[in-house]
Amino acid sequence: MSPIVQVTHLRKLFPVKKSGLFDRNETFVHAVDDVSFTVGRGEVLAVVGESGCGKSTLALTLMGLERPTSGVIQIDGQNIATLNGKEMQVVRRHVQMIFQDPYESLNPIMTIADIVAEPLKVHGLVKNKQERQERVIRALEDAGLKPAVNFMHRLPQELSGGQRQRVVIAGALVLEPELLIADEPVSMLDVSIRAEILNLLLELRQTRGISIVMITHDLGTVGYVADRIAVMYLGRLVEIGPALQVLQQPQHPYTRALLSVVPVPNPRQRRERVILQGETPNPINLPPGCRFHPRCPVARPHCQQHDPQLRLVPVGHEVACLEVTPKELS
Amino acid sequence: MSPSPPPIRSFWRTFRRNRMGMVGAVMLILAVLMAVFAPVLAPYNPYQPTRVTIDDIYAPPSPEHPFGTDDAGKDVLSSFIYGARVSLIVGFFASFISIFIGGVIGISAGFYGGKLENGLMRFTDIMLVIPDFPLIVLLVALTKPNLLNIILVIGLLGWTSSARLVRSQTLSVKQRKFVLRARAIGAGNFHIIRRHIFPLVLPLIVVNTVLVISLAVLNESALSFLGLSDPTKISWGQMLNFAFTRGAMSAGAWWALVAPGLGIVWLVLSCTLLGQGLEQVLNPRLETHHLSVGSKMVARMMGIKETPAIGD
Ligand SMILES: Nc1ncnc2c1ncn2[C@@H]1O[C@H](COP(=O)(O)OP(=O)(O)O)[C@@H](O)[C@H]1O
Ligand code: SF4
Ligand SMILES: [Mg+2]
Repeated sequence: MSPIVQVTHLRKLFPVKKSGLFDRNETFVHAVDDVSFTVGRGEVLAVVGESGCGKSTLALTLMGLERPTSGVIQIDGQNIATLNGKEMQVVRRHVQMIFQDPYESLNPIMTIADIVAEPLKVHGLVKNKQERQERVIRALEDAGLKPAVNFMHRLPQELSGGQRQRVVIAGALVLEPELLIADEPVSMLDVSIRAEILNLLLELRQTRGISIVMITHDLGTVGYVADRIAVMYLGRLVEIGPALQVLQQPQHPYTRALLSVVPVPNPRQRRERVILQGETPNPINLPPGCRFHPRCPVARPHCQQHDPQLRLVPVGHEVACLEVTPKELS
Repeated sequence: MSPSPPPIRSFWRTFRRNRMGMVGAVMLILAVLMAVFAPVLAPYNPYQPTRVTIDDIYAPPSPEHPFGTDDAGKDVLSSFIYGARVSLIVGFFASFISIFIGGVIGISAGFYGGKLENGLMRFTDIMLVIPDFPLIVLLVALTKPNLLNIILVIGLLGWTSSARLVRSQTLSVKQRKFVLRARAIGAGNFHIIRRHIFPLVLPLIVVNTVLVISLAVLNESALSFLGLSDPTKISWGQMLNFAFTRGAMSAGAWWALVAPGLGIVWLVLSCTLLGQGLEQVLNPRLETHHLSVGSKMVARMMGIKETPAIGD
């Protein structure tokens, strides 16, 4: 069976508004710049990286909400660029998204029941009111809002952040999706309820076999939720591999730097902290060669000339760094 | 857990406490009642020809004619009561036309953006710089000055400020994440406009309608005052016109001027007060100087309080 998502050489550039009247040079924000990866069925792929590195743009492009500048996105084996409107609607139904900010992603004047029923109406999936009601209730309870009748007639403002995020999840679940794209689904929530929402998502993977692309910048919990981890830097994937391998034997200097500042439970295992120096990355004027070199603690002169591509280190673990060679792994 | 109160009822609860808005609303309702029940309230029927003697012309207020009589010996009070009808009919219908055009143009421009927005907004700007009133006078003079033409001309020229307001509100609603989420579930443009954009632009449209009514009332009065009134209908502007052109001033007949003049002021004032009251209730930006109108404005309209979350 084909993977649920296959992305090849995906690129999304945003043109930058020119300020000078005579400035005819087109400049672009390289939000996503030549990214390739796959997501297997039932798999949780975590995408990590600093804010501004292109994670949300990647998510929106996968959803078909932003048109890729170039590259191919295949969902369920279908190249979504070649689909007509009707076929795209079917894909839309199977790919659902959970947004970062549950306070903003619900219409403040719609009741919870209307919000969860909306996808069913949009796709014309139910014949009558009663069936719709039943599916709404089932989705709400599957998303952990029990009993559903207590919530259905409320407005989003009357719910807590965690409950609102559950409403968003219920709105995705009514469509019985195969793939969920969760863009930092817990980062705006209270720390105490983050685990509940993550558990809910993992449970859905267990019970329904839903694949999940989980965008996060919380490296502390990523090992708990993800099967594989992809690390993004300035629009590029710099490392991707099985979660434990990436966390325990990070190969890319950027991944190492990120992980070195994550608190670990056992102080004796604490890594030496690597503080990234240099300016914050600018996705408009990319540095030549390896785009991480201005901040890389182990950069060497040739890093300014060659742009490293992802290479397999051991099987299933890829790294884009000139200084990492397969033999380094014992 | 009780379900949230219906939006209208909670809006009413907030609005009721707004003195300015309530005064405006009561004033407007009184004017509407007077117009509707004119046949009951007016002591005479001003549309019926009456036999008059020379003493009946510009007769001062008296028990039979509390507001005096006019140049034709007709009862000013009765004309005043009937005159409210024209002002209100023109005010309401012309403003509905304006708001409809302004709403459609504003929402389309704001929502679709791009070339459509450029085109529509350039058109709006052109309409905005053309002085409204001279054009209204010209068009009404060229067509026949009857009620329908007056309504159409005032309505078709009065939408520009609404279009701008609605467009900017649409732009801000469009940015919000729930619109993106609607796209993510597969909703099309029409669905998004109908379910997510329009309901959040509506409060602004309501406020704007009330203010546009007062503009239309003023325009109609000014037209009639210039003699461009429907000759078959009594209106306040026409009463003023007759008073000025038919010697009320030289006759010292102030009563022929005061009633229609105050009527116009009353209507315009009521709409202004009501509009500003509604704006305060619906659009707390005025108090907080907060630029993101959207959610707060609607939350207010819907009377949503930040209730403590239920056990998370
Ligand atoms: N619609 C857009 N227009 C222009 N630039 C954008 C747009 N969306 C994102 N960007 C830019 O693309 C880069 C990546 O943004 P984003 O995908 O939101 O990053 P992340 O989610 O990782 O924080 C940022 O520099 C951002 O400013
Ligand atoms: S290629 Fe060079 S600069 Fe880039 S990450 Fe590797 S060592 Fe650092
Ligand atoms: Mg983001």
